[in-house]
Amino acid sequence: MKSLLIEPDRHPKDHPGQERSYTLGPLQAGPPCCDPQTLLSIKNLSLSYGSTPALKNVSLDIYQGCITALIGPSGCGKTSFLSALNRLTDMIPTCNVYGDIHFHGINIHDPKQDVLNLRRNIGMIFQKPLPFPVSIRRNIELPLREHGIDNPTESDAIVQQVLSDVGLWAEVKDRLNAPAQALSGGQQQRLCIARALALKPQVLLMDEPCSALDPISSAVVEDLIQRLRGRYTIVIVTHNLAQAKRIANYAGFFWVSDRAGCLIEFGQCKQIFESPQHELTAAYVNGSRG
Amino acid sequence: MLKNRLATLLIWLSVILISAVFVVLVLDLVRHGWAGLSLAYLVDAPLDAGRGGGIGPIMVSTGLILALTISVAAPLSLATAVFLTEFSSKNSVFSGVIKRSLDVLASVPSIVFGLFGNAFFCVYLGLGFSILSGGLTLACMVLPILIRTFSEGLRAAPDEYRLAAAALGLNRAAALRHFLLPTATPALIAGLMLAIGRAIAETAALIFTSGYVDRMPDSLMDSGRALSIHIYDLSMNVAGGDSHANSAALILISLLFMINTLSSKLAYHWMHKRITCL
Repeated sequence: MKSLLIEPDRHPKDHPGQERSYTLGPLQAGPPCCDPQTLLSIKNLSLSYGSTPALKNVSLDIYQGCITALIGPSGCGKTSFLSALNRLTDMIPTCNVYGDIHFHGINIHDPKQDVLNLRRNIGMIFQKPLPFPVSIRRNIELPLREHGIDNPTESDAIVQQVLSDVGLWAEVKDRLNAPAQALSGGQQQRLCIARALALKPQVLLMDEPCSALDPISSAVVEDLIQRLRGRYTIVIVTHNLAQAKRIANYAGFFWVSDRAGCLIEFGQCKQIFESPQHELTAAYVNGSRG
Repeated sequence: MLKNRLATLLIWLSVILISAVFVVLVLDLVRHGWAGLSLAYLVDAPLDAGRGGGIGPIMVSTGLILALTISVAAPLSLATAVFLTEFSSKNSVFSGVIKRSLDVLASVPSIVFGLFGNAFFCVYLGLGFSILSGGLTLACMVLPILIRTFSEGLRAAPDEYRLAAAALGLNRAAALRHFLLPTATPALIAGLMLAIGRAIAETAALIFTSGYVDRMPDSLMDSGRALSIHIYDLSMNVAGGDSHANSAALILISLLFMINTLSSKLAYHWMHKRITCL
């Protein structure tokens, strides 16, 4: 099977001989995810805030090119789990992470790991759209520039490419210099996704990306996530079970036991929703618990 | 009903009382000092210990002292504020010590700063009575105000920007430069203006450091008389200097008023520019 992996960040600057091009091509849904290859492998991950445990012994594999949905009630550690995957947990002084997370076989919690590069490869989209208080164009340009892409022609091309990828180009092409915060909520969220895509990540972590949006914007963003499948590996936390069922290839069900979050069941999305192995999962997906 | 009216009355009374103090003060200064004001007064050198002539050299000394104070204190304060808010944890012992000492420093009477400045800058460092000593002493004095307002401003910048920037693989310096400092700019300007206001009105800290000399300064190593000291000297030590003291005080109040207006305009302008476009 052809590898779905985008070349891990071969920046043209590193290879002077290559042409300075940036072509993602038009975004289309990738092939269905039938040949699971582990991209992120999580083993015995535990996480605590100070002395309060938030997550206990979570082990699961994230497969390349697939959409993995994490479901479960509030406060069961899904967001903490997501933040541990790109070490955003480092931002919280009291947060301790134990266990192994391997990305391409390398432990990301290794002290020698370049965190900035890791986060470039594992992007994150938050629940609330978080555009920076600058223009639409600058929102995408600034991170690019910080990662060494400062040629205006090149970054303009990337801006157009990623905005087209998220279906925003037609809506904003005449006002790229307008403030990003003047966009609607749904547009802001798509801009944030575009901003993450501009860095050519391999994995996108999404923390309830649709929950702050109205139903129409939510549908647009959900459609976009569908189209990112195959090209990107997506881990999405959602409280919308119907959404998880519609878009995910794999699903993990989190629950609180002993006052700490844990993974109850992980498997193919169809199996989790149609023939759950664990009674808690069955109760949750049928709506009788949680 | 009656209670409500009483409360309204009390509130209005306190508003009127507070404004009245300011209005009476300004009116009194205008009544006694207006006659002495002219363009010549602003540029001429003082004559006869300030009873005649103008305040030209004094304006220059004041400007030099202020410029020196701000150019020394602002970068130091910004660096400290950035360290306190962005690079040290809220509960660390070190930042606790810094904050506590800043609070104490902020409440130290300015005469103590004057004595310290005299002992350290004038005598120990051998700078003598000079604009340099005065400016450095004032810089020490405004540090706590500046650091406090700067760190409040930075802390008010939404945490989400820090998070979003980190998630894009931006380092802290980049997040600070691109998003946090621009967001905090109105607060930074406000802090700067507070500090300038405090420095321009300062007398006690300057008496022992920049001195009384009312000649035009040739360099930062010359002694120079600040506007507030000129007012103090005229009203306390010079018989017949009262009307010129009033004129000088009127100038000082006008300067403060202008600085205040300018700062709020600037802050508004920045906010507006940020919201509409950058």
